[in-house]
Amino acid sequence: MNALPPAPASLESGPRLEGGEDGLWDTQLLAPTPGSPTSRHPELLLDARLGRSRRSAAARTDLRDGLSLWRLGLSLGWLDIRLRYRGSVLGPFWLTLSSAVMVGSMGLIYGMLFHVVLRDYLPFLAISLILWQAGIGGMVSDACNSFVGAEQTIRSMRMPFTVQVIRTVFGNVIVLGHNVVVPLAVFAIFGAWPGWHALLSLPGMLLWLLDGAAACFLLGCVCARFRDVPPIVGSLMQIAYYVTPVIWKPSMLGARGWWLPLNPFDPLLDVVRAPLLGQTPTMLIWGAALGDSVLLWAAAWLLFVRARPRIAFWI
Amino acid sequence: MHRPAARPAFVEVEDLSLDFPLYHGGARSLKKTMLQAASSRVTSGLRAGSTGGAVAEDRTRRVVVEALRHLSFRLSSGERLGIVGHNGAGKSSLLRVLGGIYEPVAGRIHVGGSIDTLLDTNFGMNLDLTGRENIRLRGRYVGLSRTGIRALEDDVEAFAALGPFIDLPVRVYSSGMVVRLGFGLATAVSPQVLLMDEWFMAGDSRFRQKAHARLETVVRGAEILVLTSHMPAVLRTWCTRLLWLQAGRIVADGPVDEILARYQAGTAPVL
Repeated sequence: MNALPPAPASLESGPRLEGGEDGLWDTQLLAPTPGSPTSRHPELLLDARLGRSRRSAAARTDLRDGLSLWRLGLSLGWLDIRLRYRGSVLGPFWLTLSSAVMVGSMGLIYGMLFHVVLRDYLPFLAISLILWQAGIGGMVSDACNSFVGAEQTIRSMRMPFTVQVIRTVFGNVIVLGHNVVVPLAVFAIFGAWPGWHALLSLPGMLLWLLDGAAACFLLGCVCARFRDVPPIVGSLMQIAYYVTPVIWKPSMLGARGWWLPLNPFDPLLDVVRAPLLGQTPTMLIWGAALGDSVLLWAAAWLLFVRARPRIAFWI
Repeated sequence: MHRPAARPAFVEVEDLSLDFPLYHGGARSLKKTMLQAASSRVTSGLRAGSTGGAVAEDRTRRVVVEALRHLSFRLSSGERLGIVGHNGAGKSSLLRVLGGIYEPVAGRIHVGGSIDTLLDTNFGMNLDLTGRENIRLRGRYVGLSRTGIRALEDDVEAFAALGPFIDLPVRVYSSGMVVRLGFGLATAVSPQVLLMDEWFMAGDSRFRQKAHARLETVVRGAEILVLTSHMPAVLRTWCTRLLWLQAGRIVADGPVDEILARYQAGTAPVL
C-alpha cells in the first residue's frame, strides 16, 4: 500500500517541520515531539565498502527506528483492515460470521466422521480452527506480502522496513481479535469456559507476535525477490494444516503420534491453545516452541541483514 | 530560524556506483533460478547506446543496468545543484540514492541534515484513503505529536481548499484536487536537504500561482537543493551549480551558465 506521501527520506531524519522563514505557516506547532526518532541529529551514511559489519548494524538501525515509529506501523495496519472492509455493512465482522458458519458446519461433519461427542470436540475445533486460520495461516500468507505490498512507499521514501513488519503483524492481531468471538461463543454455549486459566496463553501470544514479525522479515524478503514463492508457501501451509492437530485431536493418534513434536506448528499452536482449553502446556511443548522460534528468528535475521539493502531494487 | 540541529547540512558523494538489477522472466522465479544455477548456462552481456546506462551481466549472471558510475562530488550548505542529462542518464537514480532509497553497490554517500524527497508524481498517497487519513499518516511518519498532526491537517487543508472532500477517498478527487492535496502535503515540511524531480517545478498552471509561493518558501528554507530539470529557465533561477550526467557518469560539473551552454550545444566529450 502506498499510504504515505513522499516524505523525509532519512531513517534518522531530524526535526523537520520548521515553518518557512517567510512565516507562511506556524513554526512552533509543527515541531516533532521530543524523544521521537526524528529529534535526533539527522544523518544518512551509506558506505558500500564496509561490508558485513555495516550491513548488520544497518539492519539493527532499521529495527530500532522502526520500533520507535510503532505508532505509524499500528496506524497503517489498522487502516489496511479498515480499507479492506470499507463499504461493507458488517465490516470486519464478516470474518466472524464466515468463521462461525465454518466452525458450525465442520464441527457437525467431523464430529460425525470421528464419532466424538460434540461437547468435547466443538470447543477444541472452534479454537484450533480460528487460531490456525486467523493466526498462523493468515500471518504466514500476509508475511509474504509485507514488503511487496508496500512497494509504493518503499520506492518513494526511506522508511524502516520494520514499520511494514509492525503493520502486517498488527493487521493480523486485529483480524484474530474479530474472529476470537466465535470460539468464545462456543465455550459459552458448551459451558467450557476456561476462566482465569486462559491468561496462561498470554506468554504464548507474545511468542506469536515475535514469530509473526520474524515470518514477515523472512518471507517478506524471499517473496520480494522470488515472485513464485507465495503460492509455494500456500501449498506448504495447506499440508501443514492437515498434519498439525487442528481438526483432529492429538489423542486420536495415540502412540502413532510420536512424530508430532517434530512439526514446529504443533508446539506453537499448543502454547496458545492449551490454556484456552483449560490445560497447561508441558515444559517439553514450551521448550520446543521456544527452540523453533529461536531458529526462525535466526534465519529471518540473517536473511534480512543480507537482503535489506536490495529490497528496494526487488520490488 | 531555529534548527535544534545547528550543524550545517552537507552532502558527500565518493566514488559512488549503482547497479540496477533487472529481473525479468525466469529471474523472478525461485524454481527457474535454481534450475538455471544447476545447468550453469552462460550468456553474453550486451552493451546499450550511450544515452542510458550500460547493460551488462554481473558475476551471478543477473542482468544489471549500470545506473551510476564513479560519481564524486561534495555539496555544502547554501549550494543549489541542478542535474542535467538525457533521459536515462541516471538523474532520478542519483536522487534516490541521495535520499537513501537505493543503497549504492560501491562507494559512499554521507548526507548530514534532514532530507526530503519530492520524486513521486502521485506524492506517494494511498488513493483509497481519505485526504485526512493521508495527512495523518504523514504526520505520524514525521513523528509529530497529536497537536502537531492537527496543525499539519489545518495547514494542508487550508492550502488544498478541498472542503468536504478532505474526508472522502482520494480516488474520487478530480486530478486538480489530488495535485493540490499532494503538493500541500509534500511541501508542509522544510528539510535541510531537498531532493526534487523536475516535474515539481513544472506543475499544472491552475495551481501554479498558489504553489509557487509555497514551494519557494520550502526551497529557500532548505540549505541544500538538488534538482533535476530539463528547463533552462528553472535551472538558471534556482541553481548555483550544474552537474551533467551521461550514462551514469559525470560529464561536467561547474557554474550554471557555462555547463548549460555546453549541454545545449551538445558537446559531450567522448567517454
